[in-house]
Amino acid sequence: MIWDKDIECADREILREIQSERLVKMVKRVYDNVPFYHQKMKEKGIEPGDVKGVDQLKHLPFTVKTDLRDNYPFGLFSAPQSEIVRLHASSGTTGKPIVAGYTRKDLEIWSEVIARSLTMAGITRHDIVQVAYGYGLFTGGLGVHYGVEKVGASVIPISGGNTMKQLQLMQDFGSTAIACTPSYAAFLGESIIKGGLRGKIKLKTGVFGAEPWTEEMRTQIQDMLGIKAYDIYGLTEVIGPGVSMECEHQCGSHIFEDHFIPEIIDPKTLEVLPHGELGELVFTPVSKEGMPLLRYRTRDLTRLHVEKCACGRTLIRMEKCLGRSDDMLIIRGVNVFPSQVESVLLEMSETSPHYQLIVTRDNNLDALEIRVEIDDQFWSDEVKVLEALKKRISHNISSVLGISATIKLVEPRSIERSEGKAKRVIDNRHI
Amino acid sequence: MIIRQLSVFLEDKSGRLTELTKILAENDVNISALSIADAADYGIIRMVVGRPDLAVKVLKEHGFSVNTTEVACLIVPNKPGGLYKALQILTDNKVDIDYMYAFDSGSRATVVIRTANIPEVIKILQDHKLELLKASQVYQV
Repeated sequence: MIWDKDIECADREILREIQSERLVKMVKRVYDNVPFYHQKMKEKGIEPGDVKGVDQLKHLPFTVKTDLRDNYPFGLFSAPQSEIVRLHASSGTTGKPIVAGYTRKDLEIWSEVIARSLTMAGITRHDIVQVAYGYGLFTGGLGVHYGVEKVGASVIPISGGNTMKQLQLMQDFGSTAIACTPSYAAFLGESIIKGGLRGKIKLKTGVFGAEPWTEEMRTQIQDMLGIKAYDIYGLTEVIGPGVSMECEHQCGSHIFEDHFIPEIIDPKTLEVLPHGELGELVFTPVSKEGMPLLRYRTRDLTRLHVEKCACGRTLIRMEKCLGRSDDMLIIRGVNVFPSQVESVLLEMSETSPHYQLIVTRDNNLDALEIRVEIDDQFWSDEVKVLEALKKRISHNISSVLGISATIKLVEPRSIERSEGKAKRVIDNRHI
Repeated sequence: MIIRQLSVFLEDKSGRLTELTKILAENDVNISALSIADAADYGIIRMVVGRPDLAVKVLKEHGFSVNTTEVACLIVPNKPGGLYKALQILTDNKVDIDYMYAFDSGSRATVVIRTANIPEVIKILQDHKLELLKASQVYQV
């Protein structure tokens, strides 16, 4: 099913015209209202009048995460406070949070793209959707909430955590769909299996995002919850969840290009790369009023595919990100993504995907420790069996990561799970 | 003759063992035997307790990772050669011991033995007229 066929299946030339028209307006808006962009464009010698359409996008300045921090809290807003109706903020792990302001029209766009996303996951007005993303400053809860209402389904605004209550309402209300982080979905799945509740739940579909996850984790969630699991992508700086979404063919996420223009650039030269090449994903949210950023560098590495999808949509598709480069660690010169560790643990039947990477630096040498929760069902009370398991994890990890790691077995449920978003990395190197 | 032993996986954190014994004390669970297998960064506590079902339940409720395994508790005279005689029988019967621990009580000593096949071990020991602890002697009623 398709929420808005006219746009989602539009001729690419028509899409381009819509993008161009909106970009021209947006550039004028930020030039007039945001001193930061006014100055940046001046430095580049570009006037709003020089931008006739998407062909000129490549000449515009970039925006990076530190620009948002430097202009904290409202410095990049293009609308006066009287027009801003909602504020969200991302949980910055270091320093100040990233703030996003939305006008009424921004919230309408957001509900619209979430409605398109939920429709891709097969959700209709006949569904009951349990929103187990955290409600509050985090964009996940409220973002998805209003999209569910827009579709006309019934929303259960339960927010994250309180697993007992989640399972209770899931049974009592007969939830048919769930939206939360993939790590929380896996946790709920484990609890359902453990409690023998599989026969009592009616879930058929799930929309998961806000943290990178692997195909192995998808299989596990699908098996445990008995659903089809869909990946939703987004980031606070662009709008929140709903920037792109997988259709039933799950061959990449369709970007809602009429609102968010994607580009792939070479992160070193900053040159735009052709479709199909791997590079850093950049977004320009052309319809936004509150905080439209010019060419926001996501630091996510992916590829774009423009061929028409089997579902009928012409919207460009992005491959699943290997991970945000924010999550990427460089350990002893090697790029390490937490998702790689996850895929190793999921492939092994004796371990659960609950882990934490701890990086330290001693005498200028990086050391990686991976804490792995032992699985309640599989651990043996013989030291030699556990030591052999450790050895196998260590061997598999080093063959995937290309660097060695110390494995530490920890008690089940001992790794902190906050807001359903697992804290995967602790970097104690002070660099 | 089969005794259910509790095994608890413990991270190397101070106070964890005290917490465990506190929970058992508060629930009136007696510990008859206990041993700790310590690896570099974790330990495995093995215990024979008076109320195994209750102990498993309350420890799980407090977030401990608990498993149960079957063991045999052999009673030998508390004097030189007491243990040797019993072990020679097991060796003659080609039984591999995974682990064991022992404690004395007056003139006798109890040896907790874990092997892959506990019913088989019990049969061998009984055939050789060795005394085994009955579950009823350990479990609290």
